[in-house]
Amino acid sequence: MISANLAAIFYLVSGILFILALRGLSSPDTSRQGNYFGIAGMVIAIVVTFLSIGNFSSSLIYVIMFLVIGGAIGAFIAFKIPMTAMPELVAGFHSLVGLAAVFVAIAAFLNPDAFNLGIVGNIKLASLIEMSIGVAVGAITFSGSIIAFLKLRGIMSGAPITFSGQHILNLLLGISIFVLIFYLCKTQSTNIFWTVIVISFLIGVLLIIPIGGADMPVVISMLNSYSGWAAAGIGFTLENTALIITGALVGSSGAILSYIMCKAMNRSFVSVILGGFGADNSADDKKEKKDQKPVKSGNAEDAAFLMKNASSVIIVPGYGMAVAQAQHALREMVDKLKKNDIKVTYAIHPVAGRMPGHMNVLLAEANVPYDEVFELEDINNDFANSDVAFVIGANDVTNPVAKTDPKSPIFGMPVLDVEKCKSVLFVKRSLSPGYAGIDNELFYKDNTLMLFADAKKMTEDIVKNLD
Amino acid sequence: MEIDPFIFRLSIFILSIFIGYYVVWSVTPSLHTPLMSVTNAISSVIIVGAIIAALAGTSESIFNTSSIFGFIAIILAAINIFGGFLVTQRMLQMYKKKKDKKK
Repeated sequence: MISANLAAIFYLVSGILFILALRGLSSPDTSRQGNYFGIAGMVIAIVVTFLSIGNFSSSLIYVIMFLVIGGAIGAFIAFKIPMTAMPELVAGFHSLVGLAAVFVAIAAFLNPDAFNLGIVGNIKLASLIEMSIGVAVGAITFSGSIIAFLKLRGIMSGAPITFSGQHILNLLLGISIFVLIFYLCKTQSTNIFWTVIVISFLIGVLLIIPIGGADMPVVISMLNSYSGWAAAGIGFTLENTALIITGALVGSSGAILSYIMCKAMNRSFVSVILGGFGADNSADDKKEKKDQKPVKSGNAEDAAFLMKNASSVIIVPGYGMAVAQAQHALREMVDKLKKNDIKVTYAIHPVAGRMPGHMNVLLAEANVPYDEVFELEDINNDFANSDVAFVIGANDVTNPVAKTDPKSPIFGMPVLDVEKCKSVLFVKRSLSPGYAGIDNELFYKDNTLMLFADAKKMTEDIVKNLD
Repeated sequence: MEIDPFIFRLSIFILSIFIGYYVVWSVTPSLHTPLMSVTNAISSVIIVGAIIAALAGTSESIFNTSSIFGFIAIILAAINIFGGFLVTQRMLQMYKKKKDKKK
């Protein structure tokens, strides 16, 4: 049994360890150590919670049991999950944080005595407000993340779902939450509390369904941020420093990631949230254009020949590489090229893939050293001096239209200057436009050779031809 | 007049947002995915609330409505804690420099 003051100091320590955990991620060298700091912080927080309650009733055995069950499930998932499924895993984990926040808030509402928040029917006003905010944000995080999970997993179509009056409905529901919380504080009614939860679940769903697949990096980061604010809300209710610090850290982390992702797409956060991007299909007029313009297409042999005779190659991976699981074959191809003294680097656009840093993880999985992988601004000038750009599974992030056509929906988005390379190899299944729903000018350039095939199969064929 | 403890908590909260802001900007973009999974894991420190709720049951009634929610929240948060930290560890193990990869 330890005093409340001592417990508070330990919670502060665990908060600081969490800060150090994030600090470690500033470089891959220090990141592993950072993760241990995070684990240490968590162990301290949990142990201190047990010690400060002190009263070890027979419930304790059950608490430990549930802890072990959850831990085993978590560990199992962590070891089994393929790296390509990381976006849906993260979305799934967000939903758990959200739901846990909701349940803790419900428990506190039903038994405020246990948390020193007053008694049932007479909960302290401040606690009640904090609790309701925590529960509302938690519920939005939960249902929103479930939708994001379903979309990323492909169970639900990635296409935006829109209907008329959607935004007005969302706005009205949002306002109703505030009104309900106001009445909740006045009446302490359990029914109103449940209503707040249900409406928040509904908002979460409505908020995410109109957002299309290409905007998923923003959605995931945003839900990351929400899960932090939910935790902070509960932290205020429980008067727990570790939770407040963590909530603030996670909240701002997610917000920064959302900002970086939006900037990388040259879209405002508001327009992403309002959704519907990539929904308009003026496909007919595009088809005509396609028929008129000639496209050069080649096979693995041509590609191998071009690369063998190059002295530098830049690889531009995208979501298609993840879908085709082509990262290992790609690595094999690069090894062959390197044996021929060809310089190979990787160029990664911030929104390549379905979540921030998605491509980096996949390349790391395929044993690509991280100092060969470069971000957009660090490598963009190198395209002009390189012989071959190998675009595998990326599309919109290479479209020169973003620089030339002010009418294009992606105009102003920072893109990789792939077209400046002497030749461009573009692995793609067909000429279909990417998520932004626009044609890629790069396909029709004279120095572009289209390789129509599945990314993995094509890469493997090239490897064979490199011998 | 005494300052409400809430103000102290609010100060911690706001200062932590600033710390978070500067710390996260210094995270290298190639580690943004591990950043998300580790923030996931640490936000599950919400488990402390779940433990308090779960242990609040009396010996006669270990499982009352409030503590049941606490118990479920423990499972959810534990999945996240173990899953989050372990998957982060797994990812970070894969990040290697050029030197290490020579066969």
